[in-house]
Amino acid sequence: MKLYHHWIVICLHVHVREVIMKILNTIDPAQSLKPLQGGGACCGPVLSMSGGAAMRSCPYKGGYPEWVTDEITTAEGPVPVAATVLTTAEKFAHLRARLTNFRMRFSIEPGLYAVGSPDRNSDIFISANYTMSFDILRASLHGMNAWILVIDTGGINVWCAAGKGTFGTEELVKRINGERIAMLVDHRKIIVPQLGAPGVSAGQVKKRTGFRVLYGPVRAEDIPTYIENGYTASPAMRRIRFTMKDRLVLTPMELNPAMKKLPYLIFAVLLVFGLKPEGIMFRDAAAGAAPFAAGAVGALITGAFLTPVLLPFIPFRSFALKGWLLGMAVFLLMITHVPLFMFESDYLTAVTLVFFPLLSSYLALQFTGASTYTNLSGVKKELKYGLPVYIGGTVISFLLLAAYKIHEWGIL
Amino acid sequence: MKYLKETATLTYSPEKCTGCGRCVEVCPHNVFSMSSGKAVIGDRDRCMECGACAKNCDFGAIYVDAGVGCAAAVINGILRGTEPSCDCGGTSGSACCC
Repeated sequence: MKLYHHWIVICLHVHVREVIMKILNTIDPAQSLKPLQGGGACCGPVLSMSGGAAMRSCPYKGGYPEWVTDEITTAEGPVPVAATVLTTAEKFAHLRARLTNFRMRFSIEPGLYAVGSPDRNSDIFISANYTMSFDILRASLHGMNAWILVIDTGGINVWCAAGKGTFGTEELVKRINGERIAMLVDHRKIIVPQLGAPGVSAGQVKKRTGFRVLYGPVRAEDIPTYIENGYTASPAMRRIRFTMKDRLVLTPMELNPAMKKLPYLIFAVLLVFGLKPEGIMFRDAAAGAAPFAAGAVGALITGAFLTPVLLPFIPFRSFALKGWLLGMAVFLLMITHVPLFMFESDYLTAVTLVFFPLLSSYLALQFTGASTYTNLSGVKKELKYGLPVYIGGTVISFLLLAAYKIHEWGIL
Repeated sequence: MKYLKETATLTYSPEKCTGCGRCVEVCPHNVFSMSSGKAVIGDRDRCMECGACAKNCDFGAIYVDAGVGCAAAVINGILRGTEPSCDCGGTSGSACCC
């Protein structure tokens, strides 16, 4: 956890952040391909030997990725064998996907893979073609012999893709039939991750492929226990959790987009404070705007980081209220204890207490998208009441700033 | 952790239930349990409207207005005049863009 915290703090320094991005962008294990030893380009010889029009086509024309350790020859064509121990570079890529937009292109080729040396009785696990989903699954199957059928979700993880329907009945049926899975095994069952269930109709899959869907546990790490217990998951294995660590790893993707919008807000505040009857004075601008720039960063950290991390400990069920309450607490502390926020003008104190808790609330509400328990009806309800308040609060804040300027200029 | 009270759209018709247990299997929040051969709903406030139960009920016993509880998606929908959409246009999104 300390590690993640460390990364987030670094992310707040834009310059340092860019340097890190540069370093991260030089290492890209997903893109480095290697031909299999002796075999040359994948699928070649075996494919032509069996010479079938009905054969599965090879997705890796230019050679296999690093994590393919071997190739199994089957009557239906070759199947790449995936390693079940993740390398440091792969774990680093996971971190990078958590922190940056790298996750948008962190995908593997859909198709059939193997771990260990599976045979006609081995289990078939279904996964998405988001590399992290596939990596976590293959690492969980360490020491086992199994098939992994990776379906095309556009490089999106199982749960998110299931919500959109791309991890769904159509794609699954298409892959099962297209990869000729029925020819490879004697049994007729597939293990689909439970979090894929929102997109998959087990009844339809059975009807259209003959394969019975068994929903595996929520977390891939529970798969060995699930198998040992005769393909039964305990109620705990069926529950999605949302621990502090779960929440923490999601906060960079809340902070990053918000950080990008911060300069606009700071520019606007500089403009307001620099504006004088005689023109724009940037010396005054910097001094006047400093607390507001700091306030914006404070609201950002409160709404997009502290609220998610402390989620269950903050009163109220509504994310908007949680974010507002914590924002209010933070900024009440600021105006009473931090000299930068101890304004002479009551207008500025009022702006601080109106605007920043609302900004924190708005950012906290964004975290509903990353949470594992909010529902659409609830989010709509929060926005129905929240949006007018956010818009009203912003208007009031500008009016208060205008009042402050009028007062400052001595017009009244 | 529970979300807002009494907002979930989950409805269940016990008379259609055959007791197959699929809903109990797929629900990630333990909303369903089995009692005397039929599914029963426990705490509805735990429902996140993912739709897994309805999708996997072959007997039409469960209805839920399924969707993703993501503020950015709902705001996107309002701005574009469409249904809530997780498609944030590529690079700008929060975690709901996955």
